[in-house]
Amino acid sequence: MRTDVEKINDRIPYTELTEGMQLFGSGTSRLFNTGEWRTNTPVFHADKCKQCLLCCPVCPDVSIPVVDGKRVDFDYDHCKGCGICAAVCPFDAIEMKEGIEP
Amino acid sequence: MSKLEIRKSKELKERMSGNEAVAYAICQVEPDVMPAFPITPSTEIPQLVSNYIANGQMDTDFIPVESEHSAMSAAIGSEAAGARTMTATSSAGLALMWEELLLAASNRMPVALTLVNRTLSGPLNINCDHTDGMGARDTGWIQIYAEDNQEVYDNFIQAYPIAEDPRVRLPIMICQDGFITSHAVQNIKLLETESVKAFAGTYEPEEFLLNPGKPVAVGPYSISNFVMEARKAQAEAMENAKEVILEVAGKFAEMSGRQYGLFEEYRTEDADYIMVIMGSAAGTAKQAVDELREEGWKVGVLKLRVFRPFPEKEIAEALKNCKAAAIMDRCESYNGNAAPLGSEICAGLFRTKTMIEAVNYTYGLGGRDFTTEHVRGVFAELRALVEEGKAIPQNQYIGLRK
Repeated sequence: MRTDVEKINDRIPYTELTEGMQLFGSGTSRLFNTGEWRTNTPVFHADKCKQCLLCCPVCPDVSIPVVDGKRVDFDYDHCKGCGICAAVCPFDAIEMKEGIEP
Repeated sequence: MSKLEIRKSKELKERMSGNEAVAYAICQVEPDVMPAFPITPSTEIPQLVSNYIANGQMDTDFIPVESEHSAMSAAIGSEAAGARTMTATSSAGLALMWEELLLAASNRMPVALTLVNRTLSGPLNINCDHTDGMGARDTGWIQIYAEDNQEVYDNFIQAYPIAEDPRVRLPIMICQDGFITSHAVQNIKLLETESVKAFAGTYEPEEFLLNPGKPVAVGPYSISNFVMEARKAQAEAMENAKEVILEVAGKFAEMSGRQYGLFEEYRTEDADYIMVIMGSAAGTAKQAVDELREEGWKVGVLKLRVFRPFPEKEIAEALKNCKAAAIMDRCESYNGNAAPLGSEICAGLFRTKTMIEAVNYTYGLGGRDFTTEHVRGVFAELRALVEEGKAIPQNQYIGLRK
């Protein structure tokens, strides 16, 4: 009954799905690339960024990774392109572009 | 079948109402959690269970909630956490649970619900008919109906062994007729608590939320590529329930000496005319059949016990040798065609090419009396249809003022 979540995909027959579509394990949303939904894409201009970090906490999808106290480029696998980060940035370091590609 | 221990029980004679009987069964089974909100005519059930808890006779956690919507939500959460859970309701209470009824079933939570059947408004009325239960017929719950207090007591004791079986794992409704069964005091044969506890066992789910180190997500979002597969698996679990219900009934008979099936056939073996009926009115129909048999009529009653899963082939098989059947619905479907039993039984007859006459009637809405005289009238119509070729209209209301 306890199945590895990576074995559940849209090619397996219904008899091999978990009962009630239960998922076993934690942090499984990482495996779901919501970045595919994006129609607008934020582009990070590192030269304009002052590392104030106002953008990171407002991202609804935790798609602005912070490494050693500094934000790095976007996690495009999960960013849905909502544009909140661009709206809060006081330094125009985030530019919204049309389309899924940065 | 999961661990199901049979300890043959002594018979303890008592007199109880249907609500008292099911509350006593709950006390004996002793589920872990009961969230409930009062509504006529099922209010006595949570009230009596609360008394049992206050008196130290059972150790169930009772959750007083603010609505039936919350009652079913709490029941799903509690069941998902790993606790055996139940609730009780009627009528508008069941309607308010509607969204969660489907969730309980699709999340495969074997919650038990004791439904005391009452009509739904309007016109505003608190008495018995099957509008509430029939409204939930496509929610994925098992539904078992009772003729009297004895049956609702026995059905509740069988509820968890059916619902929790690994082949099923679906929620189950144990239904009785409001006031007629729930409030009428009748003789009853109780079972010993020790036997009931052994029979119901304890709930040991393989996966549950409060399971340290083994995380699980219950009810996650499923994209379109998965929904049909999930529904098919759920539908198959409902089909499996039929054999599990019969297996549990067999074990129950070993313990109690009382035998149950998907339906009861009363004097049908050589019957030309059979009345199909569900709930307390089956007793009235049997009484009329006894009287008519005395007068030489070959008549019988098929009392449906299990409405979900629906035993369409078995019913068609049981009806195939009669000349005409009256299908009695305590519900109006407003579809201009037939009420639930009328539609589903006729579909079963057609699919099995059982070409008997079948007439659908509606009776007892909003607690309207249904008497042996009415039953006699229905059988007289079936006979006129077969012997004289008289046209009998479908969907007649029994006892309607015209």
